[in-house]
Amino acid sequence: MVIQTPEAVMFWILAPLAVISALGMLLVKKAVHSALLLAWVMITLAIFYIAQEALFLGIVQIVVYTGAVMMLFLFILMLVGVDSSDSLTETIKGLRPIAITAAIGFGGLMVALIGRATIGRQPVGLQAANAEGNVQGLAKLLFSDYVWPFEVVSALLITAALGAMVLAHHERTIARPTQRESAIARFRTGSLASAAGLPGPGVFARHNAVDVPALLPDGSPAPTSISATLKARGDMLESSPFQLDVVDTTVVEEK
Amino acid sequence: MNPNNYLYLSALLFTIGAIGVVVRRNAIVVFMCVELMLNAANLAFVTFSRINGTLDGQVTAFFTMVVAACEVVVGLAIIVAIYRSRRSASVDDASLLKR
Repeated sequence: MVIQTPEAVMFWILAPLAVISALGMLLVKKAVHSALLLAWVMITLAIFYIAQEALFLGIVQIVVYTGAVMMLFLFILMLVGVDSSDSLTETIKGLRPIAITAAIGFGGLMVALIGRATIGRQPVGLQAANAEGNVQGLAKLLFSDYVWPFEVVSALLITAALGAMVLAHHERTIARPTQRESAIARFRTGSLASAAGLPGPGVFARHNAVDVPALLPDGSPAPTSISATLKARGDMLESSPFQLDVVDTTVVEEK
Repeated sequence: MNPNNYLYLSALLFTIGAIGVVVRRNAIVVFMCVELMLNAANLAFVTFSRINGTLDGQVTAFFTMVVAACEVVVGLAIIVAIYRSRRSASVDDASLLKR
C-alpha cells in the first residue's frame, strides 16, 4: 500500500489543525467554545476516516458525533448555563504541573512505542477488503463474526435510553396545585387589587408599548403594569408626557 | 507518508484528552475530553484496520461509537441530575462523600 501525495498533504494540513483545536479545547474558558473546537476535531477525524478507506465510519462520525452527540452536549450546556466551573483557576494545588508531566510522559511513551514497534510487514491497505464496497464488507462482518457483540450493543443502547429516562425523571416534592386551589389562593392571599390580574402597560391611544406604565385614574403611573425584568434593566419610559392634559390634543386640519 | 503518522496523531489526541479530564473542572468539558479520547482510540482502530487489511478494526470502531453514544446519554443525564440538586456543574463541588 502506498499513500498518495494528496492524502499526505491533507494529513499535514488537517492533523496540526486537529491538535491545535484539541489543545484549544483545554485552554479556552467557555465550555461552548470547547464544544465547537471538539466538533472541529471530530470533523477532521471524519475526513481522516474517509481518507483511510473507512467511508461508512466517516459518515457515521459526522452524523452521530458532530450531529447527535455534539448537539446533545450543546443542549446540556445551554440547559446548565455558565457557572464558576468555567474558570480555569487551579483548585487542587500542584495538580496542573503533575498532570502535564504525566501526560508528557504518557504521550512520549506512546510515541516512542509507535516509533519502535513494527508489525514485520508492509501495511496492506483495504483495497481487497473493500472490493465489494465498504458498507457491504462491514455488514458481512457485523452479521456473521460480530453478531453477538452487535446484539449486546443493542441491549446496551436500550439500557442507556432507559437509564437516561430514570435519571432525568424526578418526582414533584409538593403536589401540583389545582386550578381551584390557585384561584382560592389568589383571593385569600395578597391584595385584592391584583386578584383579577395585573394592569396592562401602555397609555391608551397615546403610547401602548410595553415599556410605558399605564396611568391610573388619578393620573399616576401604575408600577405593576410593567414587567419586573424591564424595570430591573431600566428600560422604562416615563408615562407622564402621555397624560391627556399634557398632550396637545387640538385637532389640526389635514391638508 | 507512513500510516503510522495517524497513530502518532491518535496518541497525541488521546494524551490531550487525558490532560483535559484531569485539569478541567466543568463536568461537561471533562466529558468532552473523554469523548476526544474515545475518538482518538477510534482513529487508531481505523488506522490499524487499514494497516492489517481487514475490516475488523472498523467494526470495533463502530462498536466504540455506539458505546460512546450510550455513555454520552447516561453521562449527560447524570450531569443534569447533579446540576439540579447542587446548582453546579463543577466536578470539585460534588464531594459529598468526603464529609
